[in-house]
Order: sequence, then structure tokens, then C-alpha cells
Amino acid sequence: MSDFLDTDTETDQKFARETVVAAGAAGRGAQAEFALSRARRTDSQRADGSRKRPLGRWFRETGWRHLVGVVMIVFSVFPLLFALSASLNPRGTLTGSNALFSVFGLESYARILTSPQIPYTAWFMNTIVIAVVTGVCSVLLGALAAYSFSRMRFTGRRFGLVSIVVIQMFPQMLAVVAIFLLLSTIGDYFPAIGLDSRLGLIMVYLGGALGVQTFLMYGFFNTVPASLDEAAKLDGAGHARIFFTIILRLVVPILAVVGLLSFIGTFNDYVIASVLLIEPENQTLAVGLIKLVSNPRYADWSAFSAGAVMAAIPVVVLFLYLQKYIVGGLTAGAVK
Amino acid sequence: MTTNIDEEVEAESAAPTKRQLRAGRMAEAAGAGAKVLLVKIALLGLLDAFAVYALFVLLTQQQWLYAVIVLVVAVIFNWIYFSRKKLPAKYLAPGILFLAIFQVFTLLYTGYIAMTNYGTGHVGSQEQAVSSLMSSALQRVEDSPTYPLTVVDRLGELSMLVTDPDGNAQLGTTGVPLQDVDATFQDGKAVATDGYTTLEFAEVIARTDEIVELVVPASDDPNDGALRTTDGSNAYLYTSSLEYDEAAGTMTDLNTRTVYSDIGTGAFTAEDGEELLPGWQITVGLDNFVRAFTEEAIRGPLLYVTLWTFVFATVSVASTFFLGLFLAIVFNDVRMRGRKWYRAAMILPYAFPAFLSTLIWAGLMNQSFGFINQVLLGGASIPWLTDPILAKVSVLVVNLWLGFPYMFLVCTGALQAIPEELTEAATVDGAKPWAIFRLIKLPLLLVTVAPLLIASFAFNFNNFIVIYALTNGGPRDPDAPIPVGYTDLLITLVYKVAFTGQNRDYGLAAAFSILIFIVVAVIAIITFRKTKALEDLN
Repeated sequence: MSDFLDTDTETDQKFARETVVAAGAAGRGAQAEFALSRARRTDSQRADGSRKRPLGRWFRETGWRHLVGVVMIVFSVFPLLFALSASLNPRGTLTGSNALFSVFGLESYARILTSPQIPYTAWFMNTIVIAVVTGVCSVLLGALAAYSFSRMRFTGRRFGLVSIVVIQMFPQMLAVVAIFLLLSTIGDYFPAIGLDSRLGLIMVYLGGALGVQTFLMYGFFNTVPASLDEAAKLDGAGHARIFFTIILRLVVPILAVVGLLSFIGTFNDYVIASVLLIEPENQTLAVGLIKLVSNPRYADWSAFSAGAVMAAIPVVVLFLYLQKYIVGGLTAGAVK
Repeated sequence: MTTNIDEEVEAESAAPTKRQLRAGRMAEAAGAGAKVLLVKIALLGLLDAFAVYALFVLLTQQQWLYAVIVLVVAVIFNWIYFSRKKLPAKYLAPGILFLAIFQVFTLLYTGYIAMTNYGTGHVGSQEQAVSSLMSSALQRVEDSPTYPLTVVDRLGELSMLVTDPDGNAQLGTTGVPLQDVDATFQDGKAVATDGYTTLEFAEVIARTDEIVELVVPASDDPNDGALRTTDGSNAYLYTSSLEYDEAAGTMTDLNTRTVYSDIGTGAFTAEDGEELLPGWQITVGLDNFVRAFTEEAIRGPLLYVTLWTFVFATVSVASTFFLGLFLAIVFNDVRMRGRKWYRAAMILPYAFPAFLSTLIWAGLMNQSFGFINQVLLGGASIPWLTDPILAKVSVLVVNLWLGFPYMFLVCTGALQAIPEELTEAATVDGAKPWAIFRLIKLPLLLVTVAPLLIASFAFNFNNFIVIYALTNGGPRDPDAPIPVGYTDLLITLVYKVAFTGQNRDYGLAAAFSILIFIVVAVIAIITFRKTKALEDLN
């Protein structure tokens, strides 16, 4: 599963087996047996079904799959292409964006980056800083906890594990009213971490660090053999050293997944960020852009699209770069 | 840095002797080295510095309870990290601290807020409400004496130093009544006092905004009025047109002679039901829940929002799952070429940030200018997002677009994990493909995917961003007294009741949150029953 996008390289043996299934489907049992025995012989021979089969049969077997594929590509990619086209269109409005890729210019990008009313660059930086700090700290806090759950036996350990599983069922945004009032009280004494403070927002996000992610990591830590710890201990390494220099390096894939999930979660959060961050230049992309578009007087659709394209780039790149880890981690917990 | 090995799993053999323990500690010290120790001391020092600062701030503001909490937390942290034992605690403490404050406490606090009337007009205590009411109704007393004024500053906070008609110097600031002080006089006017800096003329001009905001009570009794200034050189006595009777708990409007009394609703109320706002925050017990279930205007919207939330979550899970499963089957055929490209394209909606793609969809579906109406349907004017029924369909379509890649990934993984031998065996026994799929593959697939479907239901139940960014919950229900629309989910309703519009009602919003808690808790219980996840923990 880890090489999700590379399944084309599966061996022909598997292909042959599926031919068997197809043959069986047509009710030709004897042929199926023949094909099976042939499959065992032709391990390295690349069979090219589409060329050898007549067109009608090709369509019945694989052709229609391409049809489905094309439809799905249009459905999946069209809205994103539309945004790209609109962003490259120097004329602002939504109507003007309907003629796809008819004009080309980067003026919209310049407009959103330099507009005095829209602090886009501030939003961008805020989002990146908040999401990166939250991601890194979540990974660290979660890994520390997962390590102790995985490697140590102590009173309250099972209770701790169960509580984490139960608490993470309740998303933080359910308590958004309480979070708002809590931060407003904190802000009365410590404005640096109260309302309208990015640091305060990060701290709120870290409340969710010991959630589903710790659990993901706990499972992964358990797969690292304890004999490694023992060997290191015999060589005189302390627990901190074992954790930071041995275990953490072995679990990098799960750290990447957890960090990315946290990054994306923070990046997409509107509820808590919109309530806590008040001044426009303190806000994040999600808050800023949603408020921008929901303003009925704002009609510069191509500038918004340019902002959206630029905002999406870091997430999409990170996602595609780490996707083979993510796909593996996905089955361990629903995220989207 | 030392540790105690016998707390760790591996050392379950015979209890180590004292010598072994000492040897272990020495080895530990040699292994960890001074660097780790330095980092640890630096971090703890930082923590303690913050704690001391926080204590100082809280103590000067006389917040004893908060100060005690900070102190206790700081002591516990020091104890954990300086102790030679408590190894698990060293790893758990930082995460638990955040979890306790921002997750557990806030959940409990939500429960408390649901039992109050907290909201616009009901913030703070009764005392604050009284002083705020009185100062909002301040009027200058006609022909009242002039108080020559010197504005003084201490640590950035401004105070009034006035000379009363008898020639005595008095000092006070907003919220702190006037008190006699020793002062330096010049021409019969107090101009300076110890511990305060007198503002120069230029500073008075620069800080005019702050100065005119000063309201200095004349005495402890709010009925005595307060001193205010308009120019920074003379202050005048203002009294309130409201009179507060503390014993009776009533407010009297001196102009109209209307008596407003405290009837236990968190605001001074006249006999005809007119309320003086701001009121104050009180505990109302289960009133918010009672309101939600009995008040017709709220019960109706709450009912259809709850129903729609369930429909939305169920249909979203079902549609994304079936499309994802269908695609997984379609693209699981090795004879097909270019599957890599199809898959890469279909993952894009998942990789793209959800709030951005939802906003783009909102543009596409715009009734007057959107691509779907203008180009695809040749200038039609279909109200995709503004018609109660169509908006629901649109929301579901967009959520299908957002959610199917995830199900596609998951189903592909689960399908590929099913051993081929099963299919082979069934084929040899003469089973048709549909039978193989329905009787063998689907049940096996469901075992893997069922917990994810439940999690997906829970996620969609609170899928705030799709609704908020696409329709903002609308079209708005014009009859409801709370801001609610036909595509609102419970979670967007909570948000809108608490944070939008003129009347913010935190209490009612928190009560709605509690309803979501209950649903989520039921889902959680079902999950744990079904998957036995909790039993497997060890």
C-alpha cells in the first residue's frame, strides 16, 4: 500500500490471476485452470491485453474503465483548473472568469499581494507559522506520550490510553464558546496569550496534540522492537538518549504523517481561529479568505483565485510529497 | 540526568540490588552527559521564570484562585522533573497540561456555560453591571463645584489628583474612589503627590483620549456620583440619573421614577418587563435546554437542523463510500493502463485545502455569474445555493467531491489486502464475479472499513467548513429569532448563535454544543462496542 501510485508495476503473476477471474466469470472453468497454470509459467512476460483483444471485448473489459476515469478526472480537476484559469485572468469578476484560459496575465497575483486592504502576505505568514509550530509541537508532545505508553508500565497507564481514545472523539471546536471565554479571561491578565494572540491560538491547538495522533504513534512505537532499547541501555544510554537518538529516528514515517495531518488540520481550521483572532493582520488564510469572499461587495474573483492558488501550493506539495506515508497512515484513523 | 530503570518494561526480572541500581545510575549519568542536563535545567528555568511572572501579575491583581493554580502546576512540574522517579510523568506531563486546559477543562466549562445566561448584555457580575449602568447614565450636576485637576501617572495608569472645594487633595482613578492624600500645593491647587508622575501639558494633550475616559467615583457609594473631566485641567461631579438601592436590589430612574428590580433573570426589570442592559451573568440551571425544547421559535429550527445534520452525515458517508468503492474496483484492474494518472488526478481534491475548494465551488455555483449556470447551462438562473432544497443537494455534491478520494484510497488499500487465494478458490468452485464480490470481498472489506465509516460519520456530523464556506448555512430561515438557515448543521448553528449577529447567546450555544456531545458520545459508544477497541488496549 505504501507505493500507492505505483501499482502499475505489480507483477504479471497478479495480472494473470485476474485473467483467471475474468475467465471464470465467463464460465469457462477449464480455460481458467489452463490460464492459471500458464500464469505460473509466464512470470516475466508482460501481457498486453488491450492490443490482443478485439475492440468490443477490450471495451467491455478495460475500455469502460477509461471512460469512468475520464469522467472522474473532469469532476475532480475541473474546479481546480477553473481557479487556476481565473487566477491567470487579469479581469477581476466571476463572470469574466467563465471563459477558461482565454487571457493570460499575472496581474491578479500582484493585486492580492499588494492590496492595502487585504493583508494577504500577513495571513500567509501567520498560517505557515501557526501550522508549522503547531505541527512540530504536536508531534513532539504526542511522541513523548506515545513513548511512555509504549515502553513503560505504570499505574494509570490503561486509564490514560482509554481516556485519550475517548477524549479525541470530541473535537475541540465543540467547545469553541468555552475556549473563547477562557482565552478572553486569560487575556485580561496575560494579553500575550489571550484573545487575538497567535501564540494563544497555538496553545489551544496543542490541547488536541494528545489525541488520535498519539494513538497512531503508540501503535507504530509498539512495532519497534524493545530489544533495541535494551541493547542501547546495556551500552549505557539513558532513557532520554534512547528516545531522542534511537526511537525517534526509527519512527520518522509516522512522525511525518502526524505532523502533516496536524499541519493540514491547522491550515484548514476556521472555527477556533476566526473566534480568537480579531485584527485582520493577525488572522490566518482560512479566516481571512472566507471573510473576504463572504463580503458581498468583494467582486475581485481573480485576485481571490490567485490567493487560493498560492495558499494551496504548500499543502498540495507537502501532501503529494508525503502521500505514500499518508496512505499507509490513513487506514489507522479517519481524517477528512 | 538520572532515571530509575525498574519502571521500565524490560527490567521485569528480579529486583535489582542497591549496587546494581547505583551502577545503573552511574552508567546513566555517563551516557546522558552534561548537555541533556543543561537543556533540562534551561527549560525548567524558563518555565519557572514564566510561572513567577504569572504569579506576580495575578497577585497584584488579587486573583488568588488563579495564582494558586499557577503555583500548584509549577510545583508539580518541578517535582516531576527533579525527582529521580516519575519517569512516565516526565514524558506525559507537557501533553497532559495542554490537554487538561484546552480540551478537558473547556469541555466541562461548556457544560457550565450551558447552565448560565452568558451572552450579550449578560457578561460579568452584578456589581459590574451596576457600575456600568450608573456610569452610562452619568449627567453633570448643574452648578456643582469645580475640582481643579492634575492628571498623574503611575506605571502607565492615569489617576486624577483633585483639590476638593475645602482645599484637600484627593486621588483616585477609574474604579478606585477618591481618597485623601498628601500632596504638594501650588496656588491652592494640588500639583504632585508621592509615587506619581505629574503629566506635562504636552502629555495631557497626547493622552486626551485616555483622560476623558476616566470616571473616578466620589465615594464607595455609587449614588454619590463620579468625577469626570473634558479638558484635563478641571473635573466636575457627575451623578447618575439612576439610583441604586443595594438593600432592596433595585434601580430607580430618577427622571421617570421607574423602579427596576432584580427579579432573578440577570437584569434589572421594570414592572412592564422592560430590562436595563447590561445585566449580569447568573446560573439559570436547565433553562437553556428547556428553552430549546419548548420555545416554539427555537424548537422548530433546532428540530430541522438536527434532522438535516443526520441526513447530511449519513448521505455524505454513503455517497463518498459507494463512489470510492466503485472507483476502487474499477481501477483495481491491472490490465488497465495509465491508472497511475487517473489516481493522481483523483487524489487532488483531497490534497487541496478544503476551505479553498469549497469557496471555489461557491463561485462555480453562483446563481447569476457562476460557471455552471452561465456556461454549462447556457445562461440559466438556477438558485443552486439559495433555494432550500437545491442548496442541500449542492452541499452534498460538494461534500462528495471533497470526500470520495479518501474513501477511494481506503477502499483500494482494503481491496488489495484481501488475499487473492480467496478469489481463486471461489472461482475454482464456480462462483460468478458478482457473487465473489458480494459474498467474499465486500464482507471482508467492511470489516476493515467499518471503523473508518463511523469515524467519517462523526467527522461529517461536525463538517463545519463545507457548510459555512459554501452556503453559510443559508438560505436563512426568516421566521426564526436565532440566525439559522436551511443547510445549517448543529455545529454551524452553535457558531452562529454564539458569534454572529447582534445578540450573542453563549448560554444557548453551549446548550446546543451539549446536544452534539451527546450524539458524539453515542457514536463513540457504538464504535467501541463494535470494534472492541478499548478492550484491545494493553
